[in-house]
Amino acid sequence: MEGCVATELRLGLPGTDNVRNKKRPLQEADEECGANGKSDAQDETAPPAKAQIVGWPPIRSYRKKNIQAKKNDSEGPGIYIKVGMDGAPYLRKIDLKVYSGYPDLLQALENMFKFTIGKYSEREGYKGSDYAPTYEDKDGDWMLVGDDPWELFITSCKRLRIMKGSEARGLGCGV
Amino acid sequence: MHKKMAFSFPDEVLEHVFSFIQSDKDRNAVSMVCKSWYEIERWCRRKVFVGNCYAVSPRMVIRRFPEFRSIELKGKPHFADFNLVPDGWGGYVSPWIEEMAGAYPWLEEIRLKRMVVTDESLELIAKSFKNFKVLVLSSCEGFSTDGLAAIAASCKNLKELDLRDCEVDDLSAHWLSHFPETYTSLVSLNISCLGSDEVSFSALERLVGRCTNLKTLRLNRAVPLDKIANILRHAPQLVEFGTGTYTADVRPDVYSDLAGVFSSCKELKSLSGFWDVAPDYLPAIYPVCSKLTSLNLSYATIQSPDLIKLVSHCPNLQRLLVLDYIEDSGLEVLASSCKDLQELRVFPSDPYGAEPNVSLTEQGLVAVSLGCPKLQSVLYFCRRMSNEALVTIARNRPNFTRFRLCIIEPKTADYLTLEPLDVGFGAIVQYCKDLKRLSLSGLLTDRVFEYIGTYAKKLEMLSVAFAGDSDLGLHHVLSGCESLRKLEIRDCPFGDKALLANAAKLETMRSLWMSSCAVSFAACKLLGQKMPRLNVEVIDERGPPDSRPENCPVDKLYIYRSIAGPRFDMPPFVWTMDEDSGLRL
Repeated sequence: MEGCVATELRLGLPGTDNVRNKKRPLQEADEECGANGKSDAQDETAPPAKAQIVGWPPIRSYRKKNIQAKKNDSEGPGIYIKVGMDGAPYLRKIDLKVYSGYPDLLQALENMFKFTIGKYSEREGYKGSDYAPTYEDKDGDWMLVGDDPWELFITSCKRLRIMKGSEARGLGCGV
Repeated sequence: MHKKMAFSFPDEVLEHVFSFIQSDKDRNAVSMVCKSWYEIERWCRRKVFVGNCYAVSPRMVIRRFPEFRSIELKGKPHFADFNLVPDGWGGYVSPWIEEMAGAYPWLEEIRLKRMVVTDESLELIAKSFKNFKVLVLSSCEGFSTDGLAAIAASCKNLKELDLRDCEVDDLSAHWLSHFPETYTSLVSLNISCLGSDEVSFSALERLVGRCTNLKTLRLNRAVPLDKIANILRHAPQLVEFGTGTYTADVRPDVYSDLAGVFSSCKELKSLSGFWDVAPDYLPAIYPVCSKLTSLNLSYATIQSPDLIKLVSHCPNLQRLLVLDYIEDSGLEVLASSCKDLQELRVFPSDPYGAEPNVSLTEQGLVAVSLGCPKLQSVLYFCRRMSNEALVTIARNRPNFTRFRLCIIEPKTADYLTLEPLDVGFGAIVQYCKDLKRLSLSGLLTDRVFEYIGTYAKKLEMLSVAFAGDSDLGLHHVLSGCESLRKLEIRDCPFGDKALLANAAKLETMRSLWMSSCAVSFAACKLLGQKMPRLNVEVIDERGPPDSRPENCPVDKLYIYRSIAGPRFDMPPFVWTMDEDSGLRL
């Protein structure tokens, strides 16, 4: 597993590896993604934020909003980023701080642009639809939304783009 | 003629007797005694309850009950509350309003839950029913403040307007001004779900001032603390009050004003609201605490010491909703102070955090179950549980009628023994013989369902998530729970066998929801074909189920009994399996 990490193709400088940052570069379709993810997990000292499940825990959305609002109050101003969708005439703006996690964000994007995203899996990305949510991170790379722990994602996301069509289907580790 | 007189009372006498029978269950039983009782009963039924708006058509209801004054309708399945039912699924109230607008000019009350309500429907209600008195919309959506303005403007006899947990398009705060100056009949107003930042305070104050019969007033978050005193001054007769935001810079004059005004509210029994609480302002409500029977602090992000102080002032509390900031220590104080407690709901303050942020564990629930002899209804979110605690709780409190436990991380085992929590929940159903509602969580095998099927004979509603090993689990429940009406299941390995073997059971229930389980499309089709009185609906946003192999599991399944046949208002991602499903798809 050590060798895997050492020879892994990355765009960051050597030695600047953030152990929790499981990058999935868009142009590569590589089987090692899963394996690397696991070795990264072993190296981590803190438990990763769990992938959030839709509708769990069973809390009404108006309660979730209340909790989120409280958190935001203590953490300063919102994180406003532009969101674009291929084919849409204009971009939108959203505040990442109002969402509790990926399912919440993806649901909001689905409502905003009137489309459906497939089911996310670490292995295959977003399976089952023609759309894939991507974001530009601090390094300027276009990444697939969902690989990073949520808290890390909202600090590194600069803008969102919902990719459509064959470009989107080519994403992910699956064939 | 002579024979008839000898064996039965005149219709008017029977009607008079029936007028004392209010509950729907009893009314339904009365109507089944014989044909003539059916006839008499249907003409004098004044309140109609339809638990599933698709189980019957508006026309059928109107045909059978020509003179009802009050209707209650429920739409979407319960799991819609947690975003498991996609937008556009259904639950539209307009066909009902349209039919009733024509047939029932004397309709007085409409109560809706989880339905889609449009402004057009609200306008039609305002126009059609001259004596309209009560509108309760619970967890509804699809309308805006324009619809509310129409109701306010036209319903001269309106007594109750209750928007509970609705999603309202807040277009204008001025809808309140549409209540005419001559309008004074308001008894109950709940606008706590409205989001707008502007509320017409002057209109609100004038409305409250002239409606001297107002008993219930629940404000929304936008109403600031310094406005509450003025509003309460106009309505010292209030029995139920919900504040807005309960925070402001601490100023002695504002505080004493508030405390004074609360002191003059001698009838106040229920308090809610309390968004953004400034602890320094809490003592202002102490004068009313000794009479409080209901307290909703589930939005109040205050810490345990403040919560403990507050709760210790409320010895007559029967109902408490609170965040887990109360912690085990707070629940212990609750257990010793509030001996009349009947219902407790503890919500998580940080449900998505990986680590616990407060010290709230199974111990809090054990303490309350021991200390509160009248406790019958519990909703409890926590992060750990043990079989030992559950058995203790069950033994302490066999009078539970509603027990909903949510251990936040799915499939969490007994933290002491690392075993599944089967035995613990088994004790709950064994000791609590009158249990009507149960929600499970934690690590559970088929064994827990065996206990449930064996003991939970009065259980009417069961919610299951991430539990069980095989179809046997589902089979235990469907074959054993005699009183089961609603079953909702998500992410469990339950498939075709149990469902098909218990198909007849489904006709005795209101509905069954299964999502992310292992029920195949083929089984859904078969069920739809064999059971004409069930609507078998497949919900799948991935595309038509017949574009995948038949043995592929469907994403979501909603089965309900219906005498109205398949519905025709389904969105593109819902398919009904019926007798011709083989041909139609």
